Amino acid sequence: MTDAMDERRPAGELEAAVLAALWAAGAPLTPGQVQGELASGLARTTVTTILTRLYEKGIVDRARQGRGYAYFPVQDAAGLTARRMHTELDRDTDRETVLARFVAQLDPGDEEVLRRLLEADER
Amino acid sequence: MTVLLLALLLVPLALPFAAPPLARRALDRLAPARALWILTGCALALAGSCAAALGALVLTGLLKLPLFAALGELIHPLRTPSDLLVLPAAALATGALALSAGTLGRSALRQFGAFRTARTQAGRRPAAGDLCVVESPHPDAYALPGRPHRIVVTTAMLRSLGAAEREALFAHERAHNRAGHHYFLGVAELAAHCHPALRAVRADIRFAAERAADEDAARAVGDRGLTARAIARAALAGSATPSVRPDFAPAATTGPVPRRVTALLAPGRPRASRGIAVALAVGALLSTGAATTALVGVHHQVEVAQGEEHG
Repeated sequence: MTDAMDERRPAGELEAAVLAALWAAGAPLTPGQVQGELASGLARTTVTTILTRLYEKGIVDRARQGRGYAYFPVQDAAGLTARRMHTELDRDTDRETVLARFVAQLDPGDEEVLRRLLEADER
Repeated sequence: MTVLLLALLLVPLALPFAAPPLARRALDRLAPARALWILTGCALALAGSCAAALGALVLTGLLKLPLFAALGELIHPLRTPSDLLVLPAAALATGALALSAGTLGRSALRQFGAFRTARTQAGRRPAAGDLCVVESPHPDAYALPGRPHRIVVTTAMLRSLGAAEREALFAHERAHNRAGHHYFLGVAELAAHCHPALRAVRADIRFAAERAADEDAARAVGDRGLTARAIARAALAGSATPSVRPDFAPAATTGPVPRRVTALLAPGRPRASRGIAVALAVGALLSTGAATTALVGVHHQVEVAQGEEHG
């Protein structure tokens, strides 16, 4: 993916990518570090703009670090409720019909096949 | 009702048994998005004809009873083959129809409940674009239809994938939402409750929807191998946590996930074949044709019994 293509992506997709990077990291990240955690070649100024927007929406929080800020996702009481609801969803085995899941439950034996496929692809 | 008419009513009940092997072949031979359309359309036609045929049998049985014959203003008895044939058939049809309606209603309630729970969960927090992150130790991700569309991903899923793989995952879920795959899955669910043979077709429709989203994702990130790795890694991360669901499946089978990964890693696509699409369309037409003809026939017989027409 080229820079030009990435800068043209809808703002929502960029916000999603940045938030995902923050959650995946599990520790506060500076804009420069976020830039490194993204697959896309976003400019650092763009990353800063997106982080500021997420901060204004209350999705991420920030703490002073050096001359700038380090950002981290907001974990709050709502997160706890969401977690409980998620367990309720987990119990519903028919869920995948309307909610298209990324990956289905693996059958026994699938695991072995998948590992082989991954290894073959990475070689 | 003549014996011929009765036989015609059996056609939509028998044809769905031919669907699963054809559907399986369609998955192998057609582009996923096209297979999804054809299979869903075919399942809808087969399910509709099946329900219509059962309904016609139930109606015929009811009109044999004096009470309903009076309600239907029949002045002559409805002409049918021997009651020994028609009444048990009508009773069976009533049972089948009631069972279908019952399981369908229960499934619809449950699905709608799950959907509402998911929507409330997603609506509780401001989303970053269309992404809604759920804090959970179980890797999971799904597309959430509705306005606006959302993609829901757990923190465990985000942590088990690399940056580029996360992009492939998001592209996959966005493809589901953009193409409205939940409508197809809804039709598949409906069909599965109309005829037992269509349950296998429901699984094939689900698979076609996943494959179509995979291909879209591969195009969006421009890398089939990356998309395949994302799927494999996500599935393996999910299976590392103990499953709450018992595994009834035999060990030797290959499930849908390895098939998706293999399809993405395969260098070329198999030669497309139009024959399978034609076969499915013919089956759907045959089924709707038989059901329509039979319904018109039954309607005619009822009018004759009402003294409005002469047989």
